[in-house]
Amino acid sequence: MAQFFAYIPHKNGVADDSALELIVAAKKIDPSASVTAIVTGSGGDLDKVADEVAASYPEVWKISNDALSYPNAEVVRKALINSLPADAVLLLPHDTFGMDLGPGLSIKLDSAYVADVVDFEGVEGSDIKIIRQEFSGQVSTHVKCDMSSGAVITVRPGVFQPDESKSAGGSVVDKDAGDVSAKRKYLEVVAAEVGDVDITKSEVLVSVGRGIEDQDNLEMVFELAEAMGADVSCSRPIVDAKWLEKSRQVGTSGLTVKPKVYLALGISGSFQHMGGVKGNPFIVAINKNPKAPVFQLADVGVEEDILEFIPELTEAINEAK
Amino acid sequence: MEILVCVKRVPDTSENEIEVGSDGTDIERDDLVYSVNEWDNYAVEEAIQIKDRVGGSVTVVTVGDDESEEVLRREMAMGADNGILLEDDAFEGSDGKGMAAILKGAVEKGNYDLILTGAQADDGAAQVGGMLAAMLDLPYAALVNHIEIQDDKKLKIGREIEGGNQEMNEIELPCVLSIQTGINEPRYVGIRGIRKVASVEIPTYGASDLGVDTGAVGEGAAKVKRLDYFVPEMGDGAEMLEGSTEEKVAKLIELLKAKGGMK
Repeated sequence: MAQFFAYIPHKNGVADDSALELIVAAKKIDPSASVTAIVTGSGGDLDKVADEVAASYPEVWKISNDALSYPNAEVVRKALINSLPADAVLLLPHDTFGMDLGPGLSIKLDSAYVADVVDFEGVEGSDIKIIRQEFSGQVSTHVKCDMSSGAVITVRPGVFQPDESKSAGGSVVDKDAGDVSAKRKYLEVVAAEVGDVDITKSEVLVSVGRGIEDQDNLEMVFELAEAMGADVSCSRPIVDAKWLEKSRQVGTSGLTVKPKVYLALGISGSFQHMGGVKGNPFIVAINKNPKAPVFQLADVGVEEDILEFIPELTEAINEAK
Repeated sequence: MEILVCVKRVPDTSENEIEVGSDGTDIERDDLVYSVNEWDNYAVEEAIQIKDRVGGSVTVVTVGDDESEEVLRREMAMGADNGILLEDDAFEGSDGKGMAAILKGAVEKGNYDLILTGAQADDGAAQVGGMLAAMLDLPYAALVNHIEIQDDKKLKIGREIEGGNQEMNEIELPCVLSIQTGINEPRYVGIRGIRKVASVEIPTYGASDLGVDTGAVGEGAAKVKRLDYFVPEMGDGAEMLEGSTEEKVAKLIELLKAKGGMK
């Protein structure tokens, strides 16, 4: 049987939330799997994370090297190639780091690669049965992955219920990073710009997506927000089009918001967007596509074209005042 | 700078609802509107802007069939100088690794300083760029949203990371970068622009032209195989408001008031 590993990202001496999810994911592949966690980095932060992770995994490989103090995927990849066995099945979160590391790592390990997994259905022979989504969650697929020469699998954050028991009492084993020279050098992280409205503090958000179709139509969104006493936020395509500033973007690549009420207008509801909506708000989705994934996540849905519905809603709110 | 951009023809999700076909082996492809993968447009635009700054050429390449030629011509209408179509029966059913192996053949036929891909596609796994780089032993960065030319040996790049932050790196040339949306504003292409490049010859290369081992690509070599498409069993989902638009508006206002959504 293959050896299972989970790569655990961390920041400021604290393990990523995925640490408690990846072990659950690995057990969903093989309930009898003994999963080894791998942490890379340097100094006291790494020691702290290794101890934290050992509470949830029977064994933790700690790979310490100054070159690993920031998780540059090209450097981490070398450290993993130098330490992983050939038939390793390695899980890592499907985030901006996992997307940077996973594909190239699978080539160097000569193993299979499957990205953004939302569920596992066990093993058949040497095949892992996997569920993925395509087209922003509009359809799902069963995928089989031959793990006979190992596999690198990125797992969607937040889909596996974390195992909070922290009862593994695992041991920490030091591993040598080996040669980690790379042709890509990390320089710095540039923090997100702060905008004129801090949507992370807003209690009511009117959030607009691709369904608004045209920059000129944004005016009606601001009018609705004004009528409701809400702030305007948006999904990624609106920022990509430069119609609104990045500081209004909700999602994993934008900001995490915790409103009481979240009104999603013409937003399809990708996990990257909805991943930024926390605190269990009352979610209303208005979308003309009845199959939009947002309707699965919302409390209340309205199947309407927002371009027609928004002005009517605004007018009715203003009249009721 | 000689730049190669890998592009892909995909169903356009802004124009289509994607539905599972009747036998579950594929999505319903009749009447689907196809276009260039959205991310790839940003990659091509970035390549053209770099060429405009420092000179060189932009080549777009795709793996596909005759129908994929239209996406190459569209990107050439944007300003790419050359198009290359990679087509062979042996390529069918390739997984991400197979696709990367095919593209590697195309890269090695040229002499490129910079290879760009879109960061992901709606029907993909955001994998081919990183695999291609590893196969070529070139440095790689994913989700790039900023490129500065330092000199002819290296670039300064920004990567999108969580929370709207940006990770800055220095990367040696030649390299492979996957481009995130928002890095630029892709130019509009009109019918006239496409007509202009309608008669430009697009060479087609098969496995033997590329020196690609047919045993390493296609369905036979794929370690990862899609078995079917299905619509997942969903929970109850949202409570859908019914009635006329006016009635829906009235119900929604009641709900918003009750939940504190109105100040």
